[in-house]
Amino acid sequence: MSLERFISDAISPWMKREGPESDIVLSSRVRLARNLQQFVFPIAADKESAHEVISSISSFIKEENQVPEAEKLEMLMMEELKPIEKRVLVEKHLISPNLAEQAKYGAVLMNDDESVSIMLNEEDHIRIQCLAPGFQLEEVLHKANVIDDFIEKNVDYAFDEQRGYLTSCPTNVGTGLRASVMMHLPALVLTKKMSRIIPAINQLGLAVRGIYGEGTEAQGNIFQISNQMTLGKSEEDIMEDLAGVVMQVIQQEHAARKQLQDGLKLQLEDKLYRSLGTLENSRIIQSKEAAKCLSDVRLGIDLEILPGISKTILNELMILTQPGFLQQYAGEVLTPDERDIRRATLIRERIKLENR
Amino acid sequence: MNCEECHEREASLHFTKIINGEKTEFHICEHCAKEKGEFLPGSNSFSIHQLLSGLLHGDGHVPNTPSSNFIPPSLACEKCGMSYYQFAKIGRFGCDNCYKAFESKLNPIFKRVHGGNTLHAGKIPLRAGSSIQEKKQLQQLKQAMQQYILNEEFEKAAETRDEIREIEQRLQQGRDT
Repeated sequence: MSLERFISDAISPWMKREGPESDIVLSSRVRLARNLQQFVFPIAADKESAHEVISSISSFIKEENQVPEAEKLEMLMMEELKPIEKRVLVEKHLISPNLAEQAKYGAVLMNDDESVSIMLNEEDHIRIQCLAPGFQLEEVLHKANVIDDFIEKNVDYAFDEQRGYLTSCPTNVGTGLRASVMMHLPALVLTKKMSRIIPAINQLGLAVRGIYGEGTEAQGNIFQISNQMTLGKSEEDIMEDLAGVVMQVIQQEHAARKQLQDGLKLQLEDKLYRSLGTLENSRIIQSKEAAKCLSDVRLGIDLEILPGISKTILNELMILTQPGFLQQYAGEVLTPDERDIRRATLIRERIKLENR
Repeated sequence: MNCEECHEREASLHFTKIINGEKTEFHICEHCAKEKGEFLPGSNSFSIHQLLSGLLHGDGHVPNTPSSNFIPPSLACEKCGMSYYQFAKIGRFGCDNCYKAFESKLNPIFKRVHGGNTLHAGKIPLRAGSSIQEKKQLQQLKQAMQQYILNEEFEKAAETRDEIREIEQRLQQGRDT
């Protein structure tokens, strides 16, 4: 398969569109956790009950065939997928690592452009996830709500007047809503401001994490900011609070970028060109170094220091250089050393595709 | 203030660790924090469930706590069979009924996890919603009726009683169909 074809298949169609504030906000995501009143939660479920959850949901989704905001959904059963295939879905953020590795009878329903994924039998029976490029929290919440209403027409949710939507984990009860934005913040990291911003954001009841969620490192200066509290606030308030903080972080990042350009232009140019050089020339590259250089190159594109490279290169290559995708491209299982070689090759070839 | 690790660079990260009520403070520079790893967000492999479990165990496991905090080992959910101790260990409910079964223990947990909140203030499912709205109305009417009786406004109390009956009948019918 040609590299161009592989990339176009590998990148979710929704990611190819450009969203608002996309020089800093890579994507917006909303997830709603829901459970069926009739069944015990996945953690306590036996085979039979887990199967019934899947069949009761997939039956009406298949019957209706036309889910609002998602159109046709395709269902994948976890037990029928190869480990590499599951890993690729995790790297595309379409399923959680938990669903890929631990779920009993886990399944996912996805739409064509992969902007909607509904996980079944993860920690909760149903997890509706909607994704969009750039800063579009309101839009993704609206989309998730429409799908939620559609599902609720067909099933009885576990809901309590006092506690709201009942979830397996006490941290999700109430709205069951987790909203997050993925932000590229290289200038705040370079100017050492991020270490002060993170505790401030935490104090507002929001979490800051790395690109692959809980327990992951902030690779490539990409940070995920999300709400922590789900109980006692309405969905709209939760989104407003998050959006307010995101707007401020965007302003801070813009200010830090300007500060770098005004004060340290030559040093900045040197750093960014060196990173481009590393990506264009290395023969062996580890994911951490690749992420760092890709972040620099993306900053260079945004600041118009490195002209003629497409903006999507960071989003694309951050995903494509993950172990799962590298192995899928190679068509075989690779050792970490082999992956570092493949990664370097893939990046070099991808940069060659640019018309410069 | 200098970094407590290298004693060279300026400490830019400040942490407070509280273990069993004992407070320890750290002041380190970003460089040493990166090397140590454990202080960076996300690099902590400690999962939310482990954290929660610690929090849940805080109740009742600490010696010398008042007896009202004592949790009988028999406290369990009758729908899924999960005991409170299992719940405290894994930090997750087994089913919707666990919320009822462990009701008396939950407010402190929710308060800590959700910034002092214990009550839902968001979306209500469309189908279940109409009866929930009516139940809320019912509660309000019952309170109003008590007030009328106390004020000896018996005519108004009788009117309210009729309204309550009407709603109760509607709710009953809804359940039968």
